[in-house]
Amino acid sequence: MKYYPTIGIECHVQLATKTKLFSEVDNDARGKEPNSCVSPVDYALPGMLPRLNGEAIKLAIRAGKAMNCKINAASRFDRKHYFYPDSPKGYQITQFYHPIIGPGFVELANGTKIRVEHAHLEGDAGKLTHFDTYSLVDLNRVDTPLIEIVSEPDIHSAKDAHDYCKELWRLMIFAGVSYGDLYNGNMRFDVNISLAPEGVKKLGTRVEIKNLNSFRSVERAAEYEITRQAKLLDNGEKIIQETRGWSDETGKTTAQRSKEEAKDYRYMPESDLPPLNLSAEFIEAESAKLPLMPADYRQIFGNAIPNDTLEILLDYPTLMQKIGEVGAKTFSLDLVHSRPSSRGSFTSLGQQPSRDTVSRESSGALKLIANLFASVLLAEEKSAEYLNDLPLAKDLAELAEMNEKKELSSTATKEVFLRLFDPQMKGRGAKNIAKELGLIQENDLGALEAIVDTVLAKPETKKAQDDFRAGEEKVIGFLVGQVMKESHGKANPSAVQEILRKKLA
Amino acid sequence: MKVANKKVTAERLVRDALEKAKYFSDYHIFTFLNEEVAIKKAKEIDKRIAKGEKVGKLAGVPYALKDNFLSPEGETTASAHILEGFTAPVTATAVAKLEAEGAIMIGRTNLDAFAHGSTTENSYFGPTLNSHDKTRVAGGSSGGSAVAVALDIVEFATGTDTGGSIRQPASFNGVYGLKPTFGTVSRYGVVAMASSTDCIGFFTKTPDDMNLLMSIAAGQDPKDMTTLPDYYDESETKSQKDSLRIGVIKEFDNDSVSPEIREALKKKVELLKAKGHEIVEVKMPSLKYALAAYYIIVPAEVASNLSRHDGVRYGFRSDKSADLKNLYENTRNEGFMPENKRRIMIGNFVLSSGFYDAYFLKAAKARTLIVKEYEKAFSKCDFLLAPVTPNPAFKLGEKIGDPVAMYLEDMMTVSLNLAGVPGLTIPAGETKEGIALGLQLIGPRQSDKNLIQFAKELA
Repeated sequence: MKYYPTIGIECHVQLATKTKLFSEVDNDARGKEPNSCVSPVDYALPGMLPRLNGEAIKLAIRAGKAMNCKINAASRFDRKHYFYPDSPKGYQITQFYHPIIGPGFVELANGTKIRVEHAHLEGDAGKLTHFDTYSLVDLNRVDTPLIEIVSEPDIHSAKDAHDYCKELWRLMIFAGVSYGDLYNGNMRFDVNISLAPEGVKKLGTRVEIKNLNSFRSVERAAEYEITRQAKLLDNGEKIIQETRGWSDETGKTTAQRSKEEAKDYRYMPESDLPPLNLSAEFIEAESAKLPLMPADYRQIFGNAIPNDTLEILLDYPTLMQKIGEVGAKTFSLDLVHSRPSSRGSFTSLGQQPSRDTVSRESSGALKLIANLFASVLLAEEKSAEYLNDLPLAKDLAELAEMNEKKELSSTATKEVFLRLFDPQMKGRGAKNIAKELGLIQENDLGALEAIVDTVLAKPETKKAQDDFRAGEEKVIGFLVGQVMKESHGKANPSAVQEILRKKLA
Repeated sequence: MKVANKKVTAERLVRDALEKAKYFSDYHIFTFLNEEVAIKKAKEIDKRIAKGEKVGKLAGVPYALKDNFLSPEGETTASAHILEGFTAPVTATAVAKLEAEGAIMIGRTNLDAFAHGSTTENSYFGPTLNSHDKTRVAGGSSGGSAVAVALDIVEFATGTDTGGSIRQPASFNGVYGLKPTFGTVSRYGVVAMASSTDCIGFFTKTPDDMNLLMSIAAGQDPKDMTTLPDYYDESETKSQKDSLRIGVIKEFDNDSVSPEIREALKKKVELLKAKGHEIVEVKMPSLKYALAAYYIIVPAEVASNLSRHDGVRYGFRSDKSADLKNLYENTRNEGFMPENKRRIMIGNFVLSSGFYDAYFLKAAKARTLIVKEYEKAFSKCDFLLAPVTPNPAFKLGEKIGDPVAMYLEDMMTVSLNLAGVPGLTIPAGETKEGIALGLQLIGPRQSDKNLIQFAKELA
């Protein structure tokens, strides 16, 4: 039988705050000793009280806005109880009943809209490392601020599950709310999957795959699970509502906990924290800090930059920002106002706000820079290093202009482009660098004609000239090559060809 | 309050207090005596006084600290086995404020383990005896603190009041005991019982002492987000009218209350009338839900707040454990007192899935009714005067085997905690047998200063 999968995803995002959600210790424990970023509050000494970090609230608002979500002016914290050494308080402080982020949506590159049900703020748990006869507890991660983003079950393929997670990741890094370092667990995904026979509206029994930490694992686990459940259903077996784990090594999901064994978290209001009431001005001020998001870039540059290039670059906020700056330089593109002031809210789902876009005709420079970023820069060994220290937009714009005017060949353009990252060359300007390296193409027709004449006067080109006149089209390449050689590579080859054809006509 | 000066040294005050503490050791008041540090601190203060340097408002004043306040001086055990061996690396805000004014802690006082109880019989270290009759309970949970002040060992003692734990032992021992408006004194560094009702307060011998302590300890604390913006010193006592309207709660003046307590109430009412105050009867029918609501909300918060005591990071850990589950079970089973376990079980029950709406949510609604009932009452009168308990201090062991009878003793105190309003126990004579009697003055939220001031009228 054919089955229709329905997928909902919960995503935990660690927020990039300086300090923890409820204490003043360092939130960034990377490379630090275990249990060195722990305050008496995180350690849950008796009598310690949580102190809410305002920065986390601000980042949550931005994250919500990045997902086109409603921000709830009134929200509250609750306690979720469970006993495990990674939870010093014996409960996690979360927002079970009244989350800060309300409904919204995430738009994938293919136009599919995945609704976000809500997202809430909560503290992360510590980390346990298990050995043969003992386990070690590291509380550095305790109460790192998290937002948990809960999607509606709007996803119907493993590919869309992958794309949704990736788009969420992009939104979080573009909005600057998370480092988005998946390797270090900055984002983790729980995937809920159920299957129903094609055409049947009622959803099947759902299985949750917990703690996936890459887009690829999300896709593979979803694929595996869809196949596994389909096989069971084909054999007339029932799907058990359960939590399953995924192994990248075996490529399989395995049962962890059934619904009957599900924990009772005994939720209750967190009375150590007063309810959170945000003023409209505060929410607006934070929302206004949201920079352009991937969907904005698609809208603005969709005509100028080929789709596949754009999708590659959308993994790199700094590159997109730079392209935006180049756009602003070359077309006086007003990027601040090209984003509609009221981003599509949940209620206006489906309606596209109108905004400025760069037309295909005026897009040469952007396309060039986009290509250089996508195919030259990202192929460089030092690309990661370069990403944080990009050339000035005016240098890139100058480079694009020289290329457009054919002052630089494509090889020379790449060469100058890479030199713009060179600390020695930086700030000297694309034109100066090109000049210093002698890469500017000879476009002066008079000068070119003189070089062509020199070449045609040489006896070794005689045969080629005769052959061309006799209709051997191919030899024009040889002749162009000779001129290029004579010009030490500075001649513009298409201009040379034009002159040659005229002279040999 | 006796403050150290050039004639009476801090060392003398502290040594006297320590002497008395030892003299009354059979009352089981202290879980720890801070001899060495207290005397050292007293000497430092005396040096400053001798040099003519400025000293604090409580310079050299010996005080007793309920053993659920964190400070590096002595173990903070909350009279619970599970916290044995725990020395706090931090200091409670209230303690820091008192010490900044020169107060000197001479010892930590006994309480019902984790402040669960009304007699101190639930202490891991055994019960404190009543100051007026050693065969009777001291009251609780702040029994040790109340008796320390009643026996004149110290000038004042700290307490915590979650459902009556300051007012009731104050009443049982004939001293002043204040439960301030919720959020007036920071809870930071005080072992939590129930976060939404815990209040930090004091036992004193006079209303003026109480006022002095409150002016020092009250105030917003960034470490406790539930503290109110500073209001205590700004609440002007002078604005108080000469003639006030005092309400007597009808529901607390009936046969279920002991005749001697009713008589004490009547006497104070007559006194107020004689002083020109107006007495009105106030009906507060919703208060009948207070005890039931309290014994749902508070155990829920208790169960939650006690979750951190798991034997993993500090305090007692059972050494008989084979695995993690065992470690939790054994540590908590051996480390908690029966009353702790009872409340943890009630709390987890009312929070468990499927019961939350029926119990916790319903209790929360009853709590809203009680808040409104108090608002309504204070639209008709300035303060309320009521008994603290239905009975005076009872015999040791009399109710310890009957949790419901014990809980019923809290019926007149718990509603204030649910409503967050302040209550001040004032001494009100003695029974024929010489047992201390007390009454509580209740005011609207943030009327603490006026309430203390008005208590002078009743002396």
